[in-house]
Amino acid sequence: MSTEVLARTQFALTCAFHYLFPPLSIGLGLILVIMEGIWLKTRNDDVKKMNRFWVHIFSLIFGLGVATGIVLEFEFGTNWATYARYVGDIFGSALAAEGVFAFFLESGFLALLVFGWDKVSPKVHFFSTCMVALGSTFSAVWIVIANSWMQTPAGYKIIETAHGPRAKIIDFWAMVFNPSTLQRLSHVVSAAWCSASFLVVSVSAYYLLKRRHQEMARLSMRIGMSVAIAGTLLQFVTGHESILEVAKNQPAKMASMEGHAKTGPLGLTLMGYVDKEGAAHGLTVPRVGSLLLAWDPTKPVMGLDQIPVKERPMVQPVFQLYHLMVACGVAMATIIFVATIKWRRGTLWESNWCLRALVAAVVLPQIANQAGWFTAEMGRQPWIVYHMLRTSEALSKTVKANLIFTSLVLFTLLYLLLGFLFFYLLNKRIKAGPAELPSPSDEVPTLREQGLVIA
Amino acid sequence: MNYPFDLRTLWFLLAGVLLTGYAILDGFDLGVGILLLGAKKDLDRRVLLNAIGPVWDGNEVWLVVGGGALFAAFPDVYATVFSGFYLPFMLLLVALIFRAAAIEFRSKETSHRWRQTWDVSFAVASVAIALLAGVALGNMVVGIPLDADFEYRGGFFNLLNPYALIVGLTTVSVFAMHGAIYLVLKTEGEVQAMVKGWARSTTIAFGLCYGLLTMATFVFAPHMAARIRETPWLILLPMLSLISIANVPREISAGREARAFISSSVGIATLLALFGMGTYPRIVISSPNPANSLTIYNAAASDVTLTTMTSIALLGMPFVLAYTIAIYQIFRGKVDVSKLHY
Repeated sequence: MSTEVLARTQFALTCAFHYLFPPLSIGLGLILVIMEGIWLKTRNDDVKKMNRFWVHIFSLIFGLGVATGIVLEFEFGTNWATYARYVGDIFGSALAAEGVFAFFLESGFLALLVFGWDKVSPKVHFFSTCMVALGSTFSAVWIVIANSWMQTPAGYKIIETAHGPRAKIIDFWAMVFNPSTLQRLSHVVSAAWCSASFLVVSVSAYYLLKRRHQEMARLSMRIGMSVAIAGTLLQFVTGHESILEVAKNQPAKMASMEGHAKTGPLGLTLMGYVDKEGAAHGLTVPRVGSLLLAWDPTKPVMGLDQIPVKERPMVQPVFQLYHLMVACGVAMATIIFVATIKWRRGTLWESNWCLRALVAAVVLPQIANQAGWFTAEMGRQPWIVYHMLRTSEALSKTVKANLIFTSLVLFTLLYLLLGFLFFYLLNKRIKAGPAELPSPSDEVPTLREQGLVIA
Repeated sequence: MNYPFDLRTLWFLLAGVLLTGYAILDGFDLGVGILLLGAKKDLDRRVLLNAIGPVWDGNEVWLVVGGGALFAAFPDVYATVFSGFYLPFMLLLVALIFRAAAIEFRSKETSHRWRQTWDVSFAVASVAIALLAGVALGNMVVGIPLDADFEYRGGFFNLLNPYALIVGLTTVSVFAMHGAIYLVLKTEGEVQAMVKGWARSTTIAFGLCYGLLTMATFVFAPHMAARIRETPWLILLPMLSLISIANVPREISAGREARAFISSSVGIATLLALFGMGTYPRIVISSPNPANSLTIYNAAASDVTLTTMTSIALLGMPFVLAYTIAIYQIFRGKVDVSKLHY
């Protein structure tokens, strides 16, 4: 395999695995704020039990998110050194801002969130929870800014140096608010809310099905459902905004996502495949694409025929992954819609088939997250920075294919182990359910209790 | 743009401050990891892990932010070092992941084998991180082969030269000592008696490494001594380093652990400052072609970015320092054995 394929595979693997965790911690951050806010108002013990249970889950997810996140920060330099030299002036400052404004905040206050229950007053603890939620959201802000700049660069100029060309920043705020930042950021953050709320809903539905911890489960179901409704609705709004942005700024990606070979009115293919020319075949409604994009069914949209072959992404995977993401979104909306009606009618708690669907639906936002990012990143190819630097020219000059192959094998094995352990421990934790609250008169628990119950 | 000070020098210093912050803070929790297997009883190990439990994650952020700052302020240094040190940095990443997984997972099962496996992982990973970080630093100071485009032109084994290995070893020993002193602060009773013994032996080990490193620096990195001959007042730095390190065993035997911890922190800071002093204005020394060295001039980001970064630092870091200090204040005092999390 070529160095480029290996380096891209490694980045895709490490990034995709990492991305299982941050959406959950961003969304759970918000949900923990809601839970603890309710507890502060009601001082209800069930709320407190629920809150502490989710803090445990949060800390497990957060720990893995941090550990797998460092890998990405290193990889920009280890595997993509030419890219790092080229865009360091721009990309680096967003990354550094992420560290200062986001990582310090979330990791610092995480200490109080997890360990500070009896070290600080409830209000200070609540404040810490808010800071952790804010910190994890800030991290999304800065990394999405950096990535959006790679999709739609702005606020820079190219300077020739003795060591090759470099992108230099001329307007920091134009870089921050580049043409795709706001659409993509809102789409990513609301997707994070979906990921976490579907997890909360799934676990709550599991307890309701098993007739365990029912008071707590109903409570967390209500909170999870509320966030899931908001998140799913926002997904469609921000998704639409994102597609308008892609159509405007990234025509090659747009044409690949829709399998649009010839410039002309855009149809909407619900399901199908693309041929060698990049034309979609399948269940196609003509002109609806143009209608959705421009409120004009005859409006021509640029097709792949206008894009030089050397500047086209791989159309088939981009098309399929984009459609997979949309399909997951539609499925999420359907399930949440049905569950909301049942919730309003008061029949949700007893409806076994609906609860089972909610248990299973936890995977939908995760699949949509992955498929969505693969669409965005593969759709940008062959560019690493759109119309500026090709991925094939961004590699580290000193790193040979065999080294990347070795580290790829290493990470694959490590992540298989880590993924297995994560799901094993998460499953065990969920099966064990919320711990009883320690009463002030409790004696020192035995090792066994500490190992199983507290830890 | 004209500034009353040199932005590049400022960022050389700030990157140094972040690295120092990392070494002092993550240094003690890495040190606890290095020493962990010295405790045989499960309960003792849990006390040691809980001493660093609430803070290790935040400490590691200093490395993440340091890496980000290096990327932003000196992109070519970041690119050269990270791609040139490919294999050691991949091993470093694996160690960082294993360490995080180990502390997170070890108490989630009760079986002896499960816990022993994760404890060994935690200890090995802690040693590896300290060693690899030291080896990387040693290579930057002693010099690595770079070509005219700043690309690393050596192999993996070039990186394992004697000087770099001595810096690596010194890093392991100084973190072990730093961690042991931290543990004396955080424990009581029998556990404290045990870690007090560790504090003494690691101080001796570090003293030996320090002596060896000093001699090796004269031999392998003569530019360090030359810098002091050029600018005599800089002799204050190695003197401060020597005094603070010599002060550590004195404070320990007098039972003043907090002062011993401050002393070892100052010792770490001055050691790093010495490296910075010896290389400035170069960041990565090229050897055998010194003309290809990466300096604060040829590797720096634009003035716009450095100015932006300065604003980010001025805006963000006072808050970071304030809440970090507050959180350390909240978690001060001995580990409560009745409330073990890990």
